[in-house]
Amino acid sequence: MRIPGLGDTQSIANNGLEGMDHNFLTGNIENLVSWARSRSLWPATFGLACCAIEMMASGTAHYDLARYGMETFRASPRQADLMIVAGRVSQKMAPVLRQVYDQMMEPKWVISMGVCASSGGMFNNYAIVQGVDQIVPVDVYAPGCPPGPETLLHAIFTLHTKIESGELVRRREANGGGAGITIEQRDGQTAGLTIGG
Amino acid sequence: MSDETAAAEEAEDEAVAEEAAGELRYGAAVSESHGDVVLHATVETYLDVCSEAHADGFDQLIDLTAVDYLTYAGERTLPGGLTPERFEVVTSLINHVRRERIRIRTQVSADEPTIPSLFDLWPGSEYLEREAFDMFGITFADHPDMSRVLMPEDWVGHPLRKDYAVGAIPVQFKAASNER
Amino acid sequence: MTITDETPETIDGAARVRRRGDNAAVLRLSEAEAAAIGTDATTPDDDERVLLNMGPSHPSTHGVLRLMLEMEGETVIRSKPVVGYLHTGMEKQAEQLTFLQGCTNVTRMDYASPFFTELAFSLATEKLLDIEVPERAVWIRMLMSELNRISSHLLFMATNGMDLGAVSMMIYGWREREEVLRFFEKVTGLRMNHNYIRPGGVAADLPDGWKGEIEALLELLPPRLEEYDVLMTGQPIWRERLQGVGTLNTDEALALSATGPILRSTGYAWDLRRDQPYLAYDEVDFDVIVGTYGDCYDRYAIRLNEIRESMRIVEQILDKMPSGDYRVQDKKVTPPPRIRIDQSMEALIHHFKIFTEGFKVPEGEAYACVESPRGELGIYMVSDGSSTPYRMHVRGPSFINVQTMPHLMRDSLIADAVAIISSVDPIMGEVDR
Repeated sequence: MRIPGLGDTQSIANNGLEGMDHNFLTGNIENLVSWARSRSLWPATFGLACCAIEMMASGTAHYDLARYGMETFRASPRQADLMIVAGRVSQKMAPVLRQVYDQMMEPKWVISMGVCASSGGMFNNYAIVQGVDQIVPVDVYAPGCPPGPETLLHAIFTLHTKIESGELVRRREANGGGAGITIEQRDGQTAGLTIGG
Repeated sequence: MSDETAAAEEAEDEAVAEEAAGELRYGAAVSESHGDVVLHATVETYLDVCSEAHADGFDQLIDLTAVDYLTYAGERTLPGGLTPERFEVVTSLINHVRRERIRIRTQVSADEPTIPSLFDLWPGSEYLEREAFDMFGITFADHPDMSRVLMPEDWVGHPLRKDYAVGAIPVQFKAASNER
Repeated sequence: MTITDETPETIDGAARVRRRGDNAAVLRLSEAEAAAIGTDATTPDDDERVLLNMGPSHPSTHGVLRLMLEMEGETVIRSKPVVGYLHTGMEKQAEQLTFLQGCTNVTRMDYASPFFTELAFSLATEKLLDIEVPERAVWIRMLMSELNRISSHLLFMATNGMDLGAVSMMIYGWREREEVLRFFEKVTGLRMNHNYIRPGGVAADLPDGWKGEIEALLELLPPRLEEYDVLMTGQPIWRERLQGVGTLNTDEALALSATGPILRSTGYAWDLRRDQPYLAYDEVDFDVIVGTYGDCYDRYAIRLNEIRESMRIVEQILDKMPSGDYRVQDKKVTPPPRIRIDQSMEALIHHFKIFTEGFKVPEGEAYACVESPRGELGIYMVSDGSSTPYRMHVRGPSFINVQTMPHLMRDSLIADAVAIISSVDPIMGEVDR
């Protein structure tokens, strides 16, 4: 059934906000929803190493993530919409990371905090995954070793702008939302792994 | 520090080192390394040396690790006529009452990298020995849980061995490789 | 398995720990077997017991620690800590980095108290090089170490409070920590992972006005610590949750190679700063805080009072700080001051050589240890005469303290398990390296 101005009800039921027609009537609804999503991003606790300490520092009084509605670090990924991968991801932790990411509900975003999460950092060796984007799709990369709370906040603001503009939703549809990268294990380890979209 | 006192101290250190060398302590040859007392053992004498040290008041195991001397550039001369092997298990003990530390270096051959476990003397050796197994492939006989501790359980290879590559991916502008 | 017949005098700690360790407190189950148990979750030995997995992604496990808990109802019978989720290959990486770069690597092991690992690395390298660091550098190192002890213990108090439900403690602890971190940023340029203490001395001299900043810090902290006393130490709920929880004997702690606050909480007064002094700790006055019962409350109280003792040491350093060089004036080891590079060709060449090739360290092996907030932190270094370490092993106190967890947790409730993990205060970067 079609509601004039809004769109097809079946499409809305299946795809939510993305199933609506894009016109001047629905534009404001979209903006409102995007604004609300960006202003209450609940992070999932995924602090791994040193960056976790700086992430905790951003959450506490001096830098205060609560100003942005983000002080509630949800332990359960089902209740979170942002995963801040804070720290180096080792070979043993990689499947756990993917599992936590998969358990999060759409829409979800990932900030790769620190150089170790973004690219392996100074640890270019057998033990560290060279960039967490080999495992999960990353939306914002925050460089630093560790990035100070101000850098993390800048990354969060960047994410806010991207969410509000709807840019991320559109891009996700284009490439299927997954990393689409084949990981080849080195040194004759257990066989290659493909993470698809 | 004046030259005379420096020379006198040096002479004293040399005398102590000479005294220490050539004698046996708990059945192992002794040497001195930058002010530390080092005992040299073999796989056969290892457990006896450690037991005697334990009986003599070395109540805590501080550290247990291994070194792979495969690509060692220098000369390796060990006291007591010991033959240097590829692996060396280094055990550090402490005696709190006498405020004394000793280090026991045991030669472990690459063909049969097995050495007795110290779990019965010091249960705190559990994780340290598991790490040595994980990183070097040295098995500790009579260890309650000889499994990997740092790498995933099904990992193949022992990362800290010298013939295990560091696993770096080639990065442009790094000294590693000039291939583009 | 109860040990009611033996008295502490008749059985030694190692035997007790070993007997308990043989599947009585430590769960000996491989990860593959645990995964195979599946959703049924009852352990193979006993239908009444359930295998519960805690972590590695868990809000209260202090990083990526995984605990397999074998539980009967709410009681933890046996447990097995599974580590390795943060293994970074730092010991292998150290063999690729020069001695000057080494500190950037080791500093990221214990990221809550990075100065200590840098200090141990520098002491081991200086031992191999056989050089002596100037006095001012020694005292600057002591100052930074003690301030780092304060910031690390504040982190402990914050996370300990949050784990037990006193969420405001998290905010208070970090508030004080920010003040210390501000000083660190002023001196070293970074809030964390400073790479400031290097072989030969420290990277830069203290900035002007450092005395005033420290004095302000020392005035700020004591009333705040008293706030914590009011909020936690005397409070009935805090005491109920921590007293008698996670007890350990001296013999057991020694047998398990535990050091630091865990060993001191059992009543054993061993602190490397006093008993095997390094740097200039024999020239300052401080007390070693010791517990009585070996429980979580003792460990909390020890760390709180160690903050006070560290402040005492810092006050003495303020008065006694000597003037002089902040690093050894050995051209082969220390890079020249940056200004000299424009003026002298030799300085430029030395700078270039030291930063690209690195300085060569004579053959040998050495072990250097310091008293970190978690225990004895030692580095065993083997050099083959080249500019990179041949082998660098870090004796991380947290790695060894994690072994005490099953023994602390036996027959305690799961809620106490959280308190126990928090009181052991492991930093996983140091555990897994």
